[in-house]
Amino acid sequence: MKSQKWLVPTFYIVFLMLPIYWLLNMSFKTTNEILGTFSLIPLEFTLDNYRKIFTDPTWYNGYLNSITYVVINTVISVSVALPAAYAFSRYRFLGDKHLFFWLLTNRMAPPAVFALPFFQLYSAFELFDTHIAVALAHCLFNIPLAVWILEGFMSGVPKELDETAYLDGYSFWRFFVRIFMPTIAAGIGVAAFFCFMYSWVELLLAKTLTSVAAKPIAATMTRTASTAGYELGLLAAAGTLTILPGAVVIYFVRNYIAKGFALGRV
Amino acid sequence: MNKTANPRAWLFVIPVVGLVAFNALIPLMTVVNYSVQETFGDNVFFWEGVKWFEQVLNSDRFHDAFLRQLAFTGMILAIEVPLGIAVALSMPRKGPWVSVCLVLMALPLLIPWNVVGAMWNIFALPDTGLLGRMINGLGIEYNFTQQPVAAWLTTVLMDVWHWTSLVVLLAYAGLCSIPDAYYQAAKIDGASSWAVFWRIQLPKLKRVLTIAILLRFMDSFMIYTEPFVLTGGGPGNTTTFLSIDLVKIALGQFDLGPAAAMSLIYFLVVLLLCWVFYTLMMRGEDR
Repeated sequence: MKSQKWLVPTFYIVFLMLPIYWLLNMSFKTTNEILGTFSLIPLEFTLDNYRKIFTDPTWYNGYLNSITYVVINTVISVSVALPAAYAFSRYRFLGDKHLFFWLLTNRMAPPAVFALPFFQLYSAFELFDTHIAVALAHCLFNIPLAVWILEGFMSGVPKELDETAYLDGYSFWRFFVRIFMPTIAAGIGVAAFFCFMYSWVELLLAKTLTSVAAKPIAATMTRTASTAGYELGLLAAAGTLTILPGAVVIYFVRNYIAKGFALGRV
Repeated sequence: MNKTANPRAWLFVIPVVGLVAFNALIPLMTVVNYSVQETFGDNVFFWEGVKWFEQVLNSDRFHDAFLRQLAFTGMILAIEVPLGIAVALSMPRKGPWVSVCLVLMALPLLIPWNVVGAMWNIFALPDTGLLGRMINGLGIEYNFTQQPVAAWLTTVLMDVWHWTSLVVLLAYAGLCSIPDAYYQAAKIDGASSWAVFWRIQLPKLKRVLTIAILLRFMDSFMIYTEPFVLTGGGPGNTTTFLSIDLVKIALGQFDLGPAAAMSLIYFLVVLLLCWVFYTLMMRGEDR
């Protein structure tokens, strides 16, 4: 019994990898081959789909747009969440618990509820179709997430650290930047990773708030899927490229990923 | 942890509150505003009171979408949680394979949601997809773009593929935190592996599983992109879940009043669930 234990995770991982393999397989095929023949490996191996994405501005701009607003969002979210998480983990103040809960409700709010008002709000501020608009809109769920994750990590640091530093004559900000932030570096990394990820995978708000200038890659893909008919190979190549950023950084956060998904609570 | 009272801590929280309030309160007030008014365009509005709420609460369309949503959420929870625990239990505890397992299993969680939909679309197409070909090859007629049952099963399978790893990762983190002494004690007592599971592992997993179940409950309750890209809510309305229906009414038909009323009802349901989540999660914590 014990020796066959590895079978379960193996089967599970095979199940996980099959659709990804199929996407990869498709991305190296020509449209004709996809529609004409059925094969487990590309028969006429081609890089044309990738070439098209890297040379056609409507495609590669989609990636640049996505990365731009995702990075802006991550920087904003983590930098405002840091002091707030510190306050929640160290101090009692008026309404702290209610505020903490209110933040959580925004992580749980269905984006569909906010799609239309967001469109009007950001149009009113003349921010429609800018990277800033999407970056700010994603703060709705990413700031609460970052606050919760960071609070989880900060609560694991004994308070004596703060007290010792103050006794040694550190000012608050000097202590915070020189001592405290390096101590919770792993937590900051995880929070940044999760902000990056949730902003990267979200489509509904990003699509609603952009039309041309800041259109995310995800929207480019859905538009291709509906208008250009069946360019499945191109779609598959674009999809494969969106998996890469996550796949690259996942190794570094593998031991913390459960904590991040649980909002810093494992 | 002992916290000191410090009213000035509010200063640390102000940027967060400002940004989130800008994104949460203004749109919410817009929705409230629309939900009680009627418009014929040109920014002319008329007071309508609770008409839209009554209309939404009494409409079959909303009931159907709500029931579909509940059925979907129930199904994916019934599959993902036991499966996730089973996989976590049989994962290695140490050695080089741990990292391999964790990285590969976390991969689906990091794929943009529309790509998940598109990937499953390509994977399950009856003529060109691997899954579609395999099922049809077994002699079962399968076409998720036309058969409601097939569309449902494909959507559920996609969600299982996408999110079971979340349960696995959380359960695994919980299992790793059980001290070895517990297992040694069980061994001395001659406990069967079944008894170890029921008496030691499951109780110790209670907290992480609460988090996993509630997260899955809520995220699946607002699912939009994946089924939208996979099936477009069809065939017919068979996979039109709450968010898809809401976006159809709000951005498709531009029926602002009913859409706003539905948004608020939807939001209140989520808020209630959120409160349950918060209470359960904070229970074990000394704060």
